[in-house]
Amino acid sequence: MRRLTVLLAFAGGFFAVGALLRRTTGRGRERVDLYYADGSMKTLADGSVDAARLLGLAREAIHAARA
Amino acid sequence: MDGTQAIADLTEISSQIESVVLLDGKGAVAGSTFADEAAATRFAEASKALLEAAEALREGGEPLTQLEAETPEGSVFVLREGDRLIAATTVPDPTVGLVFYDLKSALRAAEDAKPKRKPRPRAPKKATKAAKDDA
Repeated sequence: MRRLTVLLAFAGGFFAVGALLRRTTGRGRERVDLYYADGSMKTLADGSVDAARLLGLAREAIHAARA
Repeated sequence: MDGTQAIADLTEISSQIESVVLLDGKGAVAGSTFADEAAATRFAEASKALLEAAEALREGGEPLTQLEAETPEGSVFVLREGDRLIAATTVPDPTVGLVFYDLKSALRAAEDAKPKRKPRPRAPKKATKAAKDDA
């Protein structure tokens, strides 16, 4: 029983570190960066309505390219 | 350099770019990595839809020149210069600045490839005095 607890704790720690690394390195995140003629840039972070719409279209483009 | 050559050079230098399509001023496919034109057109249409939807977010403001949409599956880049457009998909987590630079270079290389003018036929030389004397 103790061995199982240690094993589960180890596995939990492993996934927690993995999730933290993913978050800090930005891998797996979704966002849209828009660049305008005047040099300005706007980031639409995942979670906003606009980002969700554009990310849906981006996924469609990726699927069209890989089909 | 024509669009096909620009795309070939682009895919040779950038290992991050998976697929790319270049549209000319009339919206026609000028070059792509796709095996058939129908697939290139499908991707071009999807990319244009993305660009148009992004443009609609800032109506009346500065024109949108380029965008990057990052997903866990990969990124989509769309870049416009004048009436030409280039769109690409990349592997996940690409080097954004480098991909934009490579796409811009390809777009400009294709733009420089304007059709050369045919040389005008030369007007016949006027007969010289010596030639007249020979005749």
